[in-house]
Amino acid sequence: MGSTGHNEEGQVVFGASEASRLAEELRASFISCKTRSYEWRRSQLKNLLKVAEYHEQEIIEALRSDLSKPEFESYVQEISMVKNSCKLALKELKHWMKPEKVKTSLTTFPSSAEIVSEPFGVILVISAWNYPFLLSLDPVIGAIAAGNAVVLKPSEIAPATSKLLAKLIGEYLDTSSIRVVEGAVKETSALLEQKWDKICYTGNARVGRIVMTAAAKHLTPVLLELGGKSPVVVDSSINLQVSTRRIIAGKWGCNNGQACVSPDYIITTKDFAPKLVDALKHELESFYGKSPLESKDLSRIVNSNHFARLKELLDDERVSGKIVHGGEVDETKLRISPTIMLDVPQDSLVMSEEIFGPLLPIITVDKLEESFDIISSGTKPLAAYLFSNDKKLKELFVMTVSAGGVVINDTTIHLAVHTLPFGGVGESGMGAYHGKFSFDAFSHKKAVVYRSFVGDAAVRYPPYTKGKLRVLKALLSGSLLGIIGVLLGWSKG
Amino acid sequence: MREYYRSGATKEASWRKSQLKALLNLLEENQSEIFKALKQDLGKHHAEAYRDEIGMLIKSLNYALANLKQWMSAKKAKLPAIALLSTAEVIPEPLGLVLIFSSWNFPFGLSLEPLIGAVAAGNTVVLKPSELAPTCSSLLASTISTNLDNKAVKVIEGSSDMGTLLLQQRWDKIFFTGSEKVGRTVMSAAVKYLTPVVLELGGKSPAVVDSLQSSWDRQAAVKRLVVGKFGTCAGQACISVDYILVERKFLPTLVELLKATIWKMFGENPKKSNSIARIINKQHFLRLKNLIEDDPLVKASIVHGGSMDDDSLFIEPTILVDPPLEAQVMTDEIFGPLLPIITLEKIEDSIEFINSRPKALALYVFTKSKTLQNRLISETSSGSVTINDAVLQYAADSLPFGGVGESGFGRYHGKYSFETFSHEKAIARRSFLSDFWFRYPPWNHNKVQLFQAAYTYDYLGILLIILGLKWPNQSSRHHDALF
Repeated sequence: MGSTGHNEEGQVVFGASEASRLAEELRASFISCKTRSYEWRRSQLKNLLKVAEYHEQEIIEALRSDLSKPEFESYVQEISMVKNSCKLALKELKHWMKPEKVKTSLTTFPSSAEIVSEPFGVILVISAWNYPFLLSLDPVIGAIAAGNAVVLKPSEIAPATSKLLAKLIGEYLDTSSIRVVEGAVKETSALLEQKWDKICYTGNARVGRIVMTAAAKHLTPVLLELGGKSPVVVDSSINLQVSTRRIIAGKWGCNNGQACVSPDYIITTKDFAPKLVDALKHELESFYGKSPLESKDLSRIVNSNHFARLKELLDDERVSGKIVHGGEVDETKLRISPTIMLDVPQDSLVMSEEIFGPLLPIITVDKLEESFDIISSGTKPLAAYLFSNDKKLKELFVMTVSAGGVVINDTTIHLAVHTLPFGGVGESGMGAYHGKFSFDAFSHKKAVVYRSFVGDAAVRYPPYTKGKLRVLKALLSGSLLGIIGVLLGWSKG
Repeated sequence: MREYYRSGATKEASWRKSQLKALLNLLEENQSEIFKALKQDLGKHHAEAYRDEIGMLIKSLNYALANLKQWMSAKKAKLPAIALLSTAEVIPEPLGLVLIFSSWNFPFGLSLEPLIGAVAAGNTVVLKPSELAPTCSSLLASTISTNLDNKAVKVIEGSSDMGTLLLQQRWDKIFFTGSEKVGRTVMSAAVKYLTPVVLELGGKSPAVVDSLQSSWDRQAAVKRLVVGKFGTCAGQACISVDYILVERKFLPTLVELLKATIWKMFGENPKKSNSIARIINKQHFLRLKNLIEDDPLVKASIVHGGSMDDDSLFIEPTILVDPPLEAQVMTDEIFGPLLPIITLEKIEDSIEFINSRPKALALYVFTKSKTLQNRLISETSSGSVTINDAVLQYAADSLPFGGVGESGFGRYHGKYSFETFSHEKAIARRSFLSDFWFRYPPWNHNKVQLFQAAYTYDYLGILLIILGLKWPNQSSRHHDALF
């Protein structure tokens, strides 16, 4: 929609000049103050809700095309989440937009103060391929709620969804202030050259670094939602069936393990491992049947690159003897069956990087306390999970394991709780969003102090005298008695 | 230092409190040394030193000690009732090992204020003070090593080369106060380990001065402007009033009052008053000198002051009226005791003037008109806005202090200092007792319906579906076709 040009062959082109024009256009739109009004924000959010409500089928189809995502997952994990985000923002927007009054102290007496939320300006949202609908729109919802203009760059690795988003956003939203740019590395690089007021990137650490480097040139703040190896520590003191189901739901039930918060690997005791493996096998069969390669309830691997990557992890000679379940592949259909590996060595390929696929290594230890060292030897993950009924172990886990978020006795559900901030720490990212945190992530919180001309402490001003210094000390100490004392000449300060 | 952090010592509330108390002790015991160092490096009067640095730090330390427990506590997150037998909360945890770069203009304030946040949040810290204030830098190094836990808090002195070396290491957060140019370098270096950064930069903080009617108001406003410029490290502060915007017709009144107030505060010969800091070094002195000397139009716009003493690095309070807008004095952050006044036809024109320039760290608005106040607050963007005063916002514990756009990102002061050096970790706990069987595959139409109801907290709906009494709604007809 006017964002792209054509090259000599008549192909659609989005390069430096198109990116620059786009940024200019949106900035002009933002400066016109259009996006700041409550009515505009509401109308955009309402329209986004319509997109999710009236185009369910198309969205499900696009996700099926891009990922062979089961309709249930598309509905529950993407469409519903988007709808809920819109509804929450619509419900709370007025409240979120209100300035926050804050108390002022004696040091600035008399004064009143508040914190005013204002939009940054023009936001660039670069989204990921695994939840292409949700991870594109959730940040956009936050940016709009905060009153910004937005450019969305969906992932080219999920092309059907990217195309659908471009079409629907073009139809339903105010294109003078909200635009979609489709494309791959070239287009993304062109966008990153421009100056944005904030960039939100969801993806991997490698590209995260590219984004942050580009942002540094313009001193642009960034929100990076990355990933990591989310560990699951499994104690023996648990309801095995429920735990197993929850682990499976979080792993294979989330885009077949291709999710930033999927359980990446398990740590359990040598004694308990066999029981856990049996339970996993049993529940996997009840979920996906005897031929999981053909199950409609599992996403496929997104493309041949990732398939090759995962196949390499499987073929690693350090783990080939460790596969206790699954390991079947179908290259033409890009499918890998739920695979469990037991007792993998920590230096194996599958333990060196985020798996992002249906392989689940299990590391066994003598005592569960050893799991803490294993976890801290890696980079901080986006999520960490513990299944246990042991109170002390639970507390120790919560207090010691550093991760974006921690869940006890379940997996991935914290994403659905909008009152919890969702974000990483260390290499799993910086910043957070969801719920009000989305609004906050895309707002500048401006401190405003109101002073009157009436109360004035001469002590602030030169010429500086000993007496003034005494009063100043008392004032800054905040003690009312101290101030009175000095003013009455009682204490020497 | 990371090993010490891993030992968990710095996470303990008692350790954090002990460090904060040690800082209080440091300030109290070494006050006269600190005054001497500030006088040596910047020619700062000890009243200014107390008002802007030591006093501020003491206030912040007391505030942190009083609130530490509350800041450290877990915050419960509301859950919808359907999330049976679960709890959700956010727990702050330290980031690990953090690096703080401070600036030369408030060498104690800008070193210790972030340090307060870092130790309150339970981190181990490396502090790199600015080498441009060398006496202060070495005093910081010695007093911190005497008073604080050496295994956890270290001061590393040195030049920008040392800074570069430090940036190559791995940190869990970098807190930088300084110039835009170096800010970019810091952020670029932080990319290597994906280290989050706080950049407290600067910009040209404008003061919009309306045509105040009452003599009392005018005098109060001008006093605050003068102290907010010349009385705060001689204008070498990130939140100094950089320039003034005023309506043409009010200009003569303003200039006259400014001159009178400067005289009152600093006397006939400001250099001898001992109440104005000097310029930090020869390089900055020449930079400021050139702002005037390089452009005859700028020089011609001086209406007060202008004298500069190379030997003592002293520049007297100088007022300029309508220097050319393309001159460096109006394009670069001044960071010195030169005060340009730009006249406008109408005071409302200040909005466009401000918006056509990079976002500043602070905006000062002197007016009694609520309309003008509100317009400036809502139609411009800056780190903060202060109505009818200047620089004072720095003292407010309950307000976040930080920039936006070119003036930086991230914030601190009060609880924001604690938060900026913490990771807010989301914790969700489930019991084994409640489980929605419709969470698990194999999928069917019924389960989708149940989820639809669950997600809209439609409890009755759930019940009816389970009892088989609810009819599918419009959109789920599509689902029928698929199953």
